[in-house]
Amino acid sequence: MYQTIVFLPLLASIIAGLFGNRIGVRGAQGVTCGALIVSAVLSWVAFFQVAMAPGDHATHVQVLSWIVSGDFNVNWAFQIDTLTAVMLVVVNTVSCLVHIYSVGYMSHDPHIQRFMSYLSLFTFAMLMLITSDNFVQMFFGWEGVGLASYLLIGFWYKKPSACAAAIKAFVVNRVGDFGFALGIFAIFMTFGSVDFAVVFASVSDHVDKTIHFLGMELDLLTTICLLLFIGAMGKSAQLGLHTWLPDAMEGPTPVSALIHAATMVTAGVFMVARCSPLFEYSPDALAVVAVIGASTAFFAATVGMSQFDIKRVIAYSTCSQLGYMFFALGVSAYGAAVFHLFTHAFFKALLFLGSGSVIHASSDEQDMRNMGGLRKQIPVTFWMMTIGTLALTGFPFLAGYYSKDMIIESAFAAHSGVGTYAFGLGVAAALMTSFYSWRLVFMTFFGESRASKEVQDHVHESPQVMLIPLYVLALGALLSGFVYKEYFVGHNYEEFWAGALFLIGDNVMEAAHHVPTWVIASPFIAMVVGFATAWYFYVKEPSMPGKFTSTFRFAHALSFNKWYFDELYDIIFVKPAMKLGMIFWKRGDENIIDRYGPDGVSAAVVRVAQKFKQFQTGYLYHYAFVMLIGLSALVTFFVMGGL
Amino acid sequence: MMEIGIEHYLTLAAMLFTLGVFGIFLNKKNVIVILLSVELILLSVEFNLVAFSSFMGDLVGQVFTMLILTVAAAEGSIGLAILVVYFRNRGSIAVEDIHLMKG
Repeated sequence: MYQTIVFLPLLASIIAGLFGNRIGVRGAQGVTCGALIVSAVLSWVAFFQVAMAPGDHATHVQVLSWIVSGDFNVNWAFQIDTLTAVMLVVVNTVSCLVHIYSVGYMSHDPHIQRFMSYLSLFTFAMLMLITSDNFVQMFFGWEGVGLASYLLIGFWYKKPSACAAAIKAFVVNRVGDFGFALGIFAIFMTFGSVDFAVVFASVSDHVDKTIHFLGMELDLLTTICLLLFIGAMGKSAQLGLHTWLPDAMEGPTPVSALIHAATMVTAGVFMVARCSPLFEYSPDALAVVAVIGASTAFFAATVGMSQFDIKRVIAYSTCSQLGYMFFALGVSAYGAAVFHLFTHAFFKALLFLGSGSVIHASSDEQDMRNMGGLRKQIPVTFWMMTIGTLALTGFPFLAGYYSKDMIIESAFAAHSGVGTYAFGLGVAAALMTSFYSWRLVFMTFFGESRASKEVQDHVHESPQVMLIPLYVLALGALLSGFVYKEYFVGHNYEEFWAGALFLIGDNVMEAAHHVPTWVIASPFIAMVVGFATAWYFYVKEPSMPGKFTSTFRFAHALSFNKWYFDELYDIIFVKPAMKLGMIFWKRGDENIIDRYGPDGVSAAVVRVAQKFKQFQTGYLYHYAFVMLIGLSALVTFFVMGGL
Repeated sequence: MMEIGIEHYLTLAAMLFTLGVFGIFLNKKNVIVILLSVELILLSVEFNLVAFSSFMGDLVGQVFTMLILTVAAAEGSIGLAILVVYFRNRGSIAVEDIHLMKG
């Protein structure tokens, strides 16, 4: 069964990719959607078998041996425990819905087969990542999703901005992957194996060991954890390596929903949760994770408040929510982090697909300044977006309410410096989340329409094939928190996870149930305040945003320009790299290597050949003469020399 | 009366050989002359062979001469045949015109 789940998408991808022209558009859509539906259904079966059934049902499936070189042994194998089962459900459900949605959304595109093939390829790589039982296979999936992400962001390769965004995503991810790879090397060096089971079993033997590097004495486990975390930061767009995520919105909207909201960007969270036995033994690394996560949550939320591109707002929202997950990991609330990952996948995919529906309705317009008043014209999309927004902002009894509040309470309950820091920033970010989410809804669906006449005439509700995935996701956004909270973070915690997540010390989520009332109330209050502000700014008094920005010009400029991260990186990294490249290209390559290397040699050959060709006159008697001279010389040589 | 010895034969052969060699590359007119010059060189060599054969009382030299004559005849006929074809294609067998191999 597990082989079917993992390899069916690969098969579908190959069929749709290589034989796309033969089986046609419908064929490609049918093959990929069919494969994904089967995978998704089987994933739910696996989820109920492994996670929901009482007792430990973790299984290990060996597929084949991959690398055997001396002491280095890597297998293709699936480790199916609760964590993997949860990820299987998230990935396959969202991927399946996005596949179906794409049938409608991409219907006017000339390259549907290629698109469907890439989507399935992505799903396969993601499944490889989450099912792996060792670091190397995980790295394979890690790079695979990076590749698929690159291909899909640059899907409309005729748009220069899409190509630039694809390259940016790829390059920024390389930085993170470099850290991840170093982490794997360090793990192999330390533990002599890359299998999760072997590594995690012997972590406690290596506490307080140090390694020497460039004259520095570093704590071994902390170093390993931080290297791994750099990888997670790149993939999950955490502060510093987040710049690629908003640009990645150049890709088609279903891609944004699948890769850049629900699945791939959560790979970092998954990886840290999977490595919880490592991180637990390194409090310093956990503190770094918490601080980076909280800072990202806060930073991305501030930026999200001032953006006008509907997809960019949601992208920053994703970045911010990933920050939440990371600081939950940082305070050892792994269950809460994965729970938020689980619920976030539903409502964020819903928001993205809903915004795709809005974009589809308003003739590919993405700027919210040119929308407005769409509530009456596309009511279904409006309600779906509203459900997504309610779930995201943490409206009581919806998905986000349980998971996000759990994270914030856990941060408080950690009673540590970083925990309090994360709690403060988390509540502030919750306020801003509420503000920008409702701002998005109000700007898009309320007020007078600001679209051009032509666009307005064309506004239409999306076809059923796009709406059905929205219904399913809305159901998830409504119920996933309520139904599963006891399993992920509540009373059935031990039984549900069955050792998939590791903890030393007290369960912080247990403590989180007994925090003061004001702590429990604070995210809710933040949400209400955010909603009220957004309502006042964008419905009651639409002139307020203008006044506000002119009063707090600096704050607005900082937020609107994304804290100048891109400009900063441009000055620090991009420009010097270009300059260095210029020097190597013009001076090094063209002036030295080419000049004395290939170009020099070929010029010399031409010069010598010019001289020698004059020897060839073409006249018969010259050749005859030369022959005779040569013959005489030979004879003379043999006769005289032979003596 | 002067006795005609081997040195006379050899001198004659050497003169013929030199004539032949110069005939090849001082000639600027046509290719037939080159062919004839080649024949001349061969004949000068045969002269030597016959002279030595006669003076040393060994018949092998004369037998070998007959062989070379045959080969020379064959060679001359092939050369002429090539020339005929060449003339048909290019309309000239002047030595100056034959420089297709010029680099």
